Amino acid sequence: MQNVAIADQLDELHDPQTFITKYVYSQDHKVIAIQYAITAIFVGLIALALSGLMRLQLGFPDTFDFIDPSDYLQFVTMHGMIMVIYLLTALLLGGFGNYLIPLMVGARDMVFPFMNMLSFWFYLLSVIVLLASFFVPGGPTGAGWTLYPPQAILPGTPGHDWGIMLMLASLVIFIIAFTMGGLNYVTTVLQARTHGMTLMRMPLTVWGIFTATVLGLLAFPALLVSAIMMMLDKTLGTSFFMPALVSMGESLDYSGGSPVLFQHLFWFFGHPEVYIVALPAFGMVSDVLSTHARKNIFGYRMMVWAIVAIGGLSFVVWAHHMYVSGMLPAFGFFFATTTLIIAVPTAIKVYNWVLTLYRGNIHLTVPMLFAIGFIFTFTHGGLTGLFLGNVVIDLPLSDTYFVVAHFHMVMGVSPIMVLFAAIYHWYPLITGKMFNEKLGKIHFWFTFLGTYAIYLPMHYLGFLGVPRRYFAMGSTDFIPESAQSLNASITISALIVGLSQLIFLYNVIWSLRAGKPAGHNPWEATSLEWQTPDVPPHHGNWGAELPTVYRWAYDYGVPGAEKDFIPQNHPVTDAEQTAGEHEGR
Amino acid sequence: MTIQTDKNTSYAEPGIEGLVADWSSDKQTFDVPWGKLMMWIFLLSDTFIFSIFLTGYMNVRLSQTDNWPNPSEVFALEIAGHHLPLILIAIMTFALITSSGTMAMAVNFAYRGDKRKTVILMALTAALGASFVGMQVFEWTKLIVEEGVRPWSNPMGAAQFGSTFFMITGFHGLHVTAGVIYLSIIARKVARGDYEKKGYAIVEITGLYWHFVDLVWVFIFAFFYLW
Repeated sequence: MQNVAIADQLDELHDPQTFITKYVYSQDHKVIAIQYAITAIFVGLIALALSGLMRLQLGFPDTFDFIDPSDYLQFVTMHGMIMVIYLLTALLLGGFGNYLIPLMVGARDMVFPFMNMLSFWFYLLSVIVLLASFFVPGGPTGAGWTLYPPQAILPGTPGHDWGIMLMLASLVIFIIAFTMGGLNYVTTVLQARTHGMTLMRMPLTVWGIFTATVLGLLAFPALLVSAIMMMLDKTLGTSFFMPALVSMGESLDYSGGSPVLFQHLFWFFGHPEVYIVALPAFGMVSDVLSTHARKNIFGYRMMVWAIVAIGGLSFVVWAHHMYVSGMLPAFGFFFATTTLIIAVPTAIKVYNWVLTLYRGNIHLTVPMLFAIGFIFTFTHGGLTGLFLGNVVIDLPLSDTYFVVAHFHMVMGVSPIMVLFAAIYHWYPLITGKMFNEKLGKIHFWFTFLGTYAIYLPMHYLGFLGVPRRYFAMGSTDFIPESAQSLNASITISALIVGLSQLIFLYNVIWSLRAGKPAGHNPWEATSLEWQTPDVPPHHGNWGAELPTVYRWAYDYGVPGAEKDFIPQNHPVTDAEQTAGEHEGR
Repeated sequence: MTIQTDKNTSYAEPGIEGLVADWSSDKQTFDVPWGKLMMWIFLLSDTFIFSIFLTGYMNVRLSQTDNWPNPSEVFALEIAGHHLPLILIAIMTFALITSSGTMAMAVNFAYRGDKRKTVILMALTAALGASFVGMQVFEWTKLIVEEGVRPWSNPMGAAQFGSTFFMITGFHGLHVTAGVIYLSIIARKVARGDYEKKGYAIVEITGLYWHFVDLVWVFIFAFFYLW
């Protein structure tokens, strides 16, 4: 039986007629993407506010009566979980993945729009369940975002009753939502590309999102299973993760479970999760750098293979989060080795970004500033990762502020920098309006410098041995007084950076109405999403006919070409044919 | 279906060259309907779920200090005065494997366009699946009521025996139940003639899921009942 490629199938899209089907129960990938993005940014702001509260307590202990130790732990937990899962994963994959994949590969929509829509509604439900935990008896869970048992479900941890159950339920719903979306992203990339769009002509954004989605589909099962097992431990009293233990002078009914099993399962999910967040960011930043430096990305093929290699390696490094967990110490050797091997493809990417900038025609636009900022923060966070990947150096630094500084630089700030770059970069496409450049630059400098003001001192706190997740230090012999003044300065910087995000919100909302019309392709980019007949693209994206792709996505500054960029859907000219340089790309 | 003659489309060629041609082609990587590929990817993800369930079970079992009950004794039945170890599980497994056979036949008849036989065979598959779930209910009832096994405790030894048993067979049972519902819906739509135009790939896609559920059972059978 002969199968017809989707790109050749007759258009089966029906334009939505009513307001509800157009903007609420929409099956259009672009509307779903915006719904995802708005929800994710909304919960992200809540998590940002929580981090502000945490910083207030840390910077000025004994000042704020409304923050008690349980509250503090709950803030830590919810901040971490929301930022990692409900903001970064959802915004990068549900938001940008949904918006960009069909447009960049030249499809009219995702292959299964109805399931794509369900994906968003499940995501929204998971967010509601998560936020509901603020209003239940005992409040949200305070177990730390890693939710380690046995403490996560035992009395003494805030939210051990309702909070943890809602958290686990919300995660399960999120995983269902992610699976429905993820199946769509992967299948669309594999099966629904347009004429001439080979895998090796796809923009790196698509490669990053594609690989990250595959990672998600294979890593989230571990979280799903551990969430189910922990729920059973909590509700039915099974002992998967619960050893025999004495709590409050009473021996509990649990016996024979293994807390380390949970840690293995959690980090088998948790480490790929780092790359689920990082890979789309790698991809998007590559495209932003190339476009705004008016130069082809350096080493496209190596960039693709590096993404794939990082994705593969991310499944064999998980126990580097567990050097102090009491697992077999010999494992440390294996996991330290694999962890440091990941530095190789990652370093290839960083060199290639820098070499893309080298002798480029760099336009310091707002997205470009954020992209260059990302190279700084990511290199910085990556280098401290080398410290923590080595067992002997990790042991003294474990559970100190050094770890906090490291992962905030590498998977907190860096993907956020890319998200800002991406939002500013694609804002003219999504809305058809230009944002305010000046406000964008102010926002960048506050965010970028503020990042260093917050996280650089934390490395020193870590070297001093200041433990993380502590409500207050009290009087501790080995921590000097000056650590407290450092903490106060970090808090002030954090509050300033937090508030400066209002500039961004204002800019995004204000420009919707008052921004200058962006017109077609304001950045003069080559990739397909900028070549749609309408800006912003209409339902079905491409009008009557699908585009045909003749070249890779990075033909910037081609010698002899009319302009300094050649869109992917422009046929190869005779002159190029004879020059032969770009043949087959 | 129209035959595509675009020279850019790659068709399956054998060997490495075919693989390279598929992956370097435009439009689509695999020459299958998207639904089928999507089901394969979902099953890959689901494979990870069950692998992690089974790995967790093995970890829990190997780290037990309490005695692990002997499954062939626990799941033995007295039938007509004979003591038959694992007899119920054998029947259940037989029912499920048979249903894979009927499913494969349904796919065959679907592609031939024989609607009546397809529907009958799909219904038979669903019935075999339902009987599997029914037997599982019987097995659970016997274990809970007669043997006194609970998810949190077990008179015969390690409490984790009950925990892992109920969790893993329960999760698999949910998959079978979902499969029965899925099969029934698709069979009804086939009977109604919904796929006359679109083609019957959906029957094969349903079949993929069903075979997967059977295959998982083989692993559960091997690791839980035979170990």
